[in-house]
Amino acid sequence: MNPEVSSAELMTINSARLLRDGDVVFVGVGIPNLACNLARRTHAPNLLLIYEAGVIGARPSRLPLSIGDPTLVSGAAGVCSMYDIFTLYLQRGNVDVGFLGGAQIDRYGNINATVIGDYAHPRVRLPGSGGSQEIAAWAKRCYVMTPHQKRRFPEQVDFATSAGFRGGAGRPAPPRAVVTDLGILEPDASGELLLAALHPGVTLEQAQANTGWSLRAAAQLRRTLPPTALELRILREELDPEGIYLK
Amino acid sequence: MSKLCSLSEAVAQFVADGDCVYCAGFTHLIPFAAGHEIIRQGRRNLTLARATPDLIYDQMVGAGCAHKLIFSYMGNPGVGSLRILRSEIEAGRLEWEEYSHFGMITRLQAAAAGLPFLPMKLTGAEDLEHANPQIRRVVDPYSGAEVVVVPPLHPDVAIVHVQRADAEGNAHIWGIIGEQKEAAFAARHVIVTAEEIVPEAVIRSDPNRTLIPGLVVDAVVLVPFCAHPSYTQGYYDRDNLFYLRWDALSESPEAIQRYLDEWVYGVKDRAAYWAKLGTEAHQRLAVAPRLAAEVNYGQY
Repeated sequence: MNPEVSSAELMTINSARLLRDGDVVFVGVGIPNLACNLARRTHAPNLLLIYEAGVIGARPSRLPLSIGDPTLVSGAAGVCSMYDIFTLYLQRGNVDVGFLGGAQIDRYGNINATVIGDYAHPRVRLPGSGGSQEIAAWAKRCYVMTPHQKRRFPEQVDFATSAGFRGGAGRPAPPRAVVTDLGILEPDASGELLLAALHPGVTLEQAQANTGWSLRAAAQLRRTLPPTALELRILREELDPEGIYLK
Repeated sequence: MSKLCSLSEAVAQFVADGDCVYCAGFTHLIPFAAGHEIIRQGRRNLTLARATPDLIYDQMVGAGCAHKLIFSYMGNPGVGSLRILRSEIEAGRLEWEEYSHFGMITRLQAAAAGLPFLPMKLTGAEDLEHANPQIRRVVDPYSGAEVVVVPPLHPDVAIVHVQRADAEGNAHIWGIIGEQKEAAFAARHVIVTAEEIVPEAVIRSDPNRTLIPGLVVDAVVLVPFCAHPSYTQGYYDRDNLFYLRWDALSESPEAIQRYLDEWVYGVKDRAAYWAKLGTEAHQRLAVAPRLAAEVNYGQY
């Protein structure tokens, strides 16, 4: 593998590959935005990008630096209120894919973006849900992108900001994959995250050593294909030339 | 009837100590100038409600205006933490009440529509529901299934920044429209700040663009560049450099105080603030025009 590929590039490229042409994607800024725009420029030209700020069919001509960047609006297919985005689009079931991030993700896919320590007496207060509670529940597929580090993968999260693969009642569709800089985790039938794929050059032992529970490998452990020259060129030259998110 | 007044008059009349204040705008059109005027007038004990507190509430809490925060995402958008809010909460000095974005705006929608509560489908995530007793469940009388409900949020005052308004407060907004309309209808009083005050005929030339009717507006204030370091679509860009700068600056109480002294207490109003920013910033934030196709309403 190209040793110069950064962790963020590896996660972005492997997430982009999970998108299908024609998907309606609920996009956040940062590397989810890069993954979507990479997919749109490669195998999924008909991706419809919906941004939480209420922008439908955005085609940003510069790298958006916040979820409400004005470049998302100019040239978009439509704009709506926040209430509309969460009801007409998300709750109604019009979104195929959501992206999530967080400080912690546990064995069963619960994600914590709220607090480290006790909620009422926080040791580290994190930003909170934003849209993630509903995105995790109502997008038909969810992808999580996070660096693979032991502290980010505890046995159990301190606070479940969004429900994992065996959350409570009303949980209609489980997320489908956690993309890290070491590989890809996917839930088994019981909802437990298993190691499904390793990136080139990474070992099972490395992934296990960086996970806070005893990570099991899927019966058929896959290898991801290395980033292509085209994928790297689009990311580095077109989408994030200053390396704001990808360094 | 004209509701035109100055920003200091509007804040003096409609923002009182102890009020619940909602400064609207989902990263777009955030009324920073109004936040700064509230700081200058020394308001205390406010409850500050906003889906995304953004730098404006970090600054207002840093200036000692508030005792409580109601929010759904407490970050410096695209940068990281809101350091003042985070440290005040971690130190136990600031009360908070928290929702998901959907829960937060559903509270505004319920209030705007005059409803006692509004339901949302279950998400499977229950920790926030357990942490916040305002989030409850009822049984759907039609299906028998449970739904999550939240009560209305009626701010004492909502402050909404717009591209243009007439003297009565009929306001055109374009670009990201976040929760402006819901906040305006939910609140007991509404202050509209505008980049431009236009004749009524301009508003009437494009009635579909009127997001907020004068009916719910109490005060109309001309405040060009009100939203900086946030932005106004078509007027000026978001000052991403300032959002980064605030991240570094807000690490130290002394630097926060110096900022407030220089940029809030040390300027008379937004015009003085904008002049002080200087031509480099004016040029950096200038935006080239991109016009919409004309709309024909027809002569009837």
